[in-house]
Amino acid sequence: MLAGCGGGDSDTIKIGFNIPMTGDIPKVGEASKYAAEMLKEDINSKGGLEVGGKQYKLEFVYEDNESKAESAVNAALKLIEQDQVVAIIGPNSSKQAVPAGGTCNDNRVPMISPWSTNPDTTKDRPWVFRAAFLDPFQGPVAVNFSAKQFGAKTAAVLFDISNDYSKGLAEIFRDEWNKKFGDGAVVAFESHGTKDQDFSAQLTKIVSAKPDFIFLPDNYNQVALIIKQAHDLGWNGPFMGSDAWGSAELMTLCGDDCKGQFFSTHYAAAGAKGDTKVFIDRYTEKYGYTPDDVAALTWDATRLVLQAIQDAGSIDSDVRKERKAIRDSLAAVKQFAGVTGNMKFDAQGDPIKCAVVVRIDENGQFVFAESVCP
Amino acid sequence: MEALFQNIINALQWGSFYALIALGYTLVYGVLLLINFAHGDIFMVGAYIAFGVSVFVLGTQGLDLPNWAILACGVPLTMVLTAGVGVTLERIAYRPLRRKGAHRLYVVITALMCGLILENGNLALLGASRKKFPELMEKTIWTFGNVSVTNLKVIVIVAAFATFAFLNFIVTRTRIGMAMRAVSYDKFAIPLMGIPVDTVIVFTFVLGSGFAGLAGMLFAMSYPILEPYMGALIGWKAFIAAVVGGIGDIRGAFVGGFLLGFIEVGVVAVFPSTFRDLIAFSILLLILWIKPTGLFGVARHQKI
Repeated sequence: MLAGCGGGDSDTIKIGFNIPMTGDIPKVGEASKYAAEMLKEDINSKGGLEVGGKQYKLEFVYEDNESKAESAVNAALKLIEQDQVVAIIGPNSSKQAVPAGGTCNDNRVPMISPWSTNPDTTKDRPWVFRAAFLDPFQGPVAVNFSAKQFGAKTAAVLFDISNDYSKGLAEIFRDEWNKKFGDGAVVAFESHGTKDQDFSAQLTKIVSAKPDFIFLPDNYNQVALIIKQAHDLGWNGPFMGSDAWGSAELMTLCGDDCKGQFFSTHYAAAGAKGDTKVFIDRYTEKYGYTPDDVAALTWDATRLVLQAIQDAGSIDSDVRKERKAIRDSLAAVKQFAGVTGNMKFDAQGDPIKCAVVVRIDENGQFVFAESVCP
Repeated sequence: MEALFQNIINALQWGSFYALIALGYTLVYGVLLLINFAHGDIFMVGAYIAFGVSVFVLGTQGLDLPNWAILACGVPLTMVLTAGVGVTLERIAYRPLRRKGAHRLYVVITALMCGLILENGNLALLGASRKKFPELMEKTIWTFGNVSVTNLKVIVIVAAFATFAFLNFIVTRTRIGMAMRAVSYDKFAIPLMGIPVDTVIVFTFVLGSGFAGLAGMLFAMSYPILEPYMGALIGWKAFIAAVVGGIGDIRGAFVGGFLLGFIEVGVVAVFPSTFRDLIAFSILLLILWIKPTGLFGVARHQKI
């Protein structure tokens, strides 16, 4: 009787999603939800997920974290205590994933972040995993690529200081660039706040420092404003971006200003092959736009959890024991073939996988430029 | 040196938005002694109305007029519609309270609440996705040495100065302006003179909200990404600018708006951006210590 209050129907598996449906990056939440819904329909239409010879229906609970750190913690707690989920997918951005990861780890609930690249998300947290590569890997990829592509010796950085992801990556990039070209090779290192709309003062400083290019590890909504304003200030040089650019909404917001720029990301939709292409085509047909990296990573992250559930061999009706079983089999995953590429997991729960650099072409497509593997 | 000139232009543009919004606060306060905290959100609504007008009415999904025509018809249409929102707010939220003789404090809190209703109503109706404002103007960038100015920046700055001149003229040189000042002076004696107080108040809201609509349109053109909460922070800051200038005084709002724009851009040009609001508002606090009524304000003595 009591178990019925929390765990729900014993023939269903309940998985929580801690994603940003509103706030600064709503498109990220939408892409995550769409990918998850597609996967759920796939499995439920075949009768459910087969675990130990029995079919279980999937039930996904979507909780909005409003793109805020504190709301992400509340959303995690609600999923854990009220909805009694066996595992949590998300949050996506490191700004929410770092605090929510602590909450999940303390409550002994397996969490897997699809998109977070900040090392702190999983660091010393045995219950927290991720499906994306790390910033200490992404930073050097950006450094090496832009040094080669632009023939650059000097760089400028503009980042969001209140965002763990943006700040962490900016610092990694600066240190790496200075190591390569000597101290002072990063000629301007400027920050802004999350709610800022005018960046002209920072950009004036950057433009007058005359860098060879501008590194911009920022969310896509700010990227659209920053690049436009840089062009207004007479900047015609190139930008190098990071994976937070890779939203389906970037080109709608940014338009012509973003064409010709490069950014590092998790996969390139244009020209994909195999399973990745199947995923992209199905998603595009269903929802009307090309899935961005968050959609693909959510797909992979959710499949990882489902595989872990199957690997465990049976479903325990006690939600605590089930969570433990899922964590153990997640930690035991050594290799996984996802739509964002093959990954191996290290002891920290972080995947070792390749990064892709894409160029935004004249039609606004993200075209493969280079792939960098560790 | 060139960076200095560039930053002066940046600050003039950024200050223009503060000044335009601060004018709306000051007008309503001047007449009603009411701090219309919903004003920042009326500015946001103005930006969304500008978006709706230039995409769904005049633009690609409506009449499909050429860009110059969208701009020519869009500006007055946006101002009229936003003024309508301001007047509606006055009608359904402030006037009933005033009729019942509610204390000013409750009306101010009602205004705060109305701002939240506008924000969240927008979120509920239009969703969380950001809207991209269409480019209505062929962008021209003029460069002098390393200083760059776009035609849009010039238009924004000119619009702010023109608005100030226009409002100053209305308030100081016209009959309705005289009525506004009279209502501000004594709300109880003035109806006895045959001046329709409600009409004057509605007119004040028309002016304040209409120019918030203009600010919204110009802002959407300069920073073409719209979101439901865009009005909150800029609204508070413009309100503070109006207070520092001396709330209730049109020159005060205008000078205060530009002052805040200059301080903000100046701080970022010298210090890391994290210091911006800290230093900017410390300076403003200092000004209020020295002159609590604001730069152009006059001390009012409450009659008992």
